[in-house]
Amino acid sequence: MAKLAHYSVGEQLQDIKLAPVTRLDLIQYAGASGDFNPIHTVDQEAEKAGLPGVIAHGMWTMGNLAKLFTPYYEEGFIEDYSVRFKEMVQLHERLTLKAQLTKKHSNKLYFDAAAVNQAQKEVIKGRIVFRLYERQEEVSCL
Amino acid sequence: MTRGGDKLFHSIGKESTKVKNCVERGAVKKFAAAINDLHPIYIDEEAGKRSRHRENLAPPTFPITFDYGVIDGLHLPQKGLIHGEQTFHYERPLLVGEELYCWMKVKNYVEKEGSQEKLGFLFVLNYGEEASGQLIFSSKQIIILNEAVRKEMLTWPN
Repeated sequence: MAKLAHYSVGEQLQDIKLAPVTRLDLIQYAGASGDFNPIHTVDQEAEKAGLPGVIAHGMWTMGNLAKLFTPYYEEGFIEDYSVRFKEMVQLHERLTLKAQLTKKHSNKLYFDAAAVNQAQKEVIKGRIVFRLYERQEEVSCL
Repeated sequence: MTRGGDKLFHSIGKESTKVKNCVERGAVKKFAAAINDLHPIYIDEEAGKRSRHRENLAPPTFPITFDYGVIDGLHLPQKGLIHGEQTFHYERPLLVGEELYCWMKVKNYVEKEGSQEKLGFLFVLNYGEEASGQLIFSSKQIIILNEAVRKEMLTWPN
């Protein structure tokens, strides 16, 4: 796998396609995160709240999106990670995780990241600042 | 100000008392499994020992599992809250096995007219620091409360 530090501005990380969202995914996330809000697991509760059915925890999607960067943790770490929750994610939706390098400055790599659904709609959108442990030589000097 | 909103307005600036949390190995593994990211850096002890920090890491959204204590007079219901935005900031990655002291603070609360009703926006800051007081991470949440949720809060004690 290429080093993150070698990416150029405008380049995208390899997309990750998630399997369709299942109820078990959300039950498992409820248990692991401690967020037992029943709109994520029980249809009747979701309907009572005016939703078409259970929806994924926003934090489940945010947690998933960060895994684009997991292979690079020997090089650096996520210093800043922010997202806006834009659309509900329902069962059976198929999400794709995306990130694009938008800026490099000193030892920091700035990415725009998003999870998009099968209709290419962004369900969460955010920014990641990945801090490299070692300062990189400017590529332009090579 | 709306019914139920007064408790929220009164919580502005309040902080919880610190609570000790452990980045527990089993909890990290369950969390990594739940986001389908069972990378060795999270779950394989040997891989952790060979890595830069000589220890496994926790995923960046793992602090959502921590106990941040309670803020006097502010009891948010489990149902009906909408998560609007979330940010994390790290000084370094979280290490499996370490202990952190966590607390939260209400930064602000505002109410705005939405398309159907007045919505409340609660801005909460969360912090995690080492025993020495060195800050390791902070996070910010924007929580949206609709009329029904604010009404429900009225019936709660405090």
